[in-house]
Amino acid sequence: MDFRNGQELLELCHKENISISEAMKTREITCGTLTSEEIDEKLKTVLTIMKDAVNEPLMQPKRSMGGLIGGEAKKVSDFGKTDRSVCGSLMSKAISYSMAVLEVNASMGLIVAAPTAGSAGVLPGVLLALQEEKQLSNELLHSAILNASAIGYILMRNASVSGAEAGCQAEVGAASAMAASAVVEIMGGTPEMSLEAASIAMSNLLGMVCDPIAGLVEAPCQSRNTIGAANAITCAELALSGVTHPIPFDEMAEAMYRVGKSIPFELRETAMGGCAGTPTGCALGCHACSKA
Amino acid sequence: MNFLSIFDVIGPNMIGPSSSHTAGAVSMALLARKMCPEPIKKVTFTLYGSFAKTYHGHGTDRALLGGILGFSTDDARIRDAFELAKEFGVEYEYIIDEETVTDHPNTADIAMTGINGYELMVRGESIGGGKIKIVRIGNIDVEFTGEYSTLIVKQLDTPGVVAHITQCLSNQNVNIAFMRLFREDKGATAYTVVESDEPIPESILDDIRTNENVHELMLVQM
Repeated sequence: MDFRNGQELLELCHKENISISEAMKTREITCGTLTSEEIDEKLKTVLTIMKDAVNEPLMQPKRSMGGLIGGEAKKVSDFGKTDRSVCGSLMSKAISYSMAVLEVNASMGLIVAAPTAGSAGVLPGVLLALQEEKQLSNELLHSAILNASAIGYILMRNASVSGAEAGCQAEVGAASAMAASAVVEIMGGTPEMSLEAASIAMSNLLGMVCDPIAGLVEAPCQSRNTIGAANAITCAELALSGVTHPIPFDEMAEAMYRVGKSIPFELRETAMGGCAGTPTGCALGCHACSKA
Repeated sequence: MNFLSIFDVIGPNMIGPSSSHTAGAVSMALLARKMCPEPIKKVTFTLYGSFAKTYHGHGTDRALLGGILGFSTDDARIRDAFELAKEFGVEYEYIIDEETVTDHPNTADIAMTGINGYELMVRGESIGGGKIKIVRIGNIDVEFTGEYSTLIVKQLDTPGVVAHITQCLSNQNVNIAFMRLFREDKGATAYTVVESDEPIPESILDDIRTNENVHELMLVQM
């Protein structure tokens, strides 16, 4: 029982009367090598690593290996608890948690690539913030991760999730689409609504370049993860309220891939353009000047 | 196309910050360690290309050393590899070579010395998403990934050796997934690399050794 794109996924969900997360799990059991119990066990490990990666920098911030980031997650989290916070509780948590994961990653801590290390903050940021705000069970979060993996799988298969190949829109953009779709499912939306949310999320971040300063997975990666998280929550809200996107998910995936292919080399993880190519970025070590 | 699992998307679980510059570096050094028949006493890493430029910020140096110490890509001890190498009694050294141009930007040479003086140099490439290849043993170009059980035979390039190896594999009922012969010059040293989906029985090593043109054997299990 396999599906190769969003259209086939929706058909499968209808035919079997199942959710996207159930479809993804069934696909793994029937076409892959894992049993249902093994999948559950791995999902538990994934969620545990995600929670640890969110919590650690809020307790004990650490400087990154490259020295460009460290401590931002705690700042944002602390500020979010004050009256001056503009985000509100859910959004403040989502963005600070997503930043925390990037801090753990940049200081050689343990993370789950989702779908990549550079975009690893988006999904845990959104899901763990939502879990706290809505008192959701871990089991429901496992379903969310399964749903997100279905979107990520289709993008890996039919487009790209590599910054070197298709820019940050393929990393943080994909992570944002995955998280948006996942939130829709666990908040009671239909499979169609999940794909609407993913389509909107991708279209919002279309064209985003990959320009890591000094070639490091630190800045602007960390703040890009916050926009991935905020975008996911926004797009889930749109889809759940019945807003649709004129372009179907599979066409958006292809558009994202085509846009990615037309992003110049300097803006695809080479640390030569964008933020990395500015005078200050170069002083911090750009690859065009070879001053890393 | 290979089957893409849930955990190819949500994963790998890895020590950051980079799948290619950190996780890939761990994997290539771990594979190098498995190829060395003696416990490692000393290791020298030569970093090329992007590895040479950005190793510090990506922890590539610690990652390579962590792999040599036997840590896998999700082992939190990688961050403390320098301190732990002292504890494990492994000497290490890094050569940063920004001049030499290699085939792939993320390349490292790993030169190991065993506790009884055995010496082995392998070159690894980190080809993206944490995937790696070993592309050189000593001065001979090879190619394998360590994703399969791998038997590496160092031999004289002369008729009959490969037939002997396949006969030994057949006797032990090992199903070959891939098999390639790599050599520098006709009649000189060559490497036969055999990859199998299943574990290759250890006992096969004694069978293969009976041919006088077989010099050395390495077995890396999946």
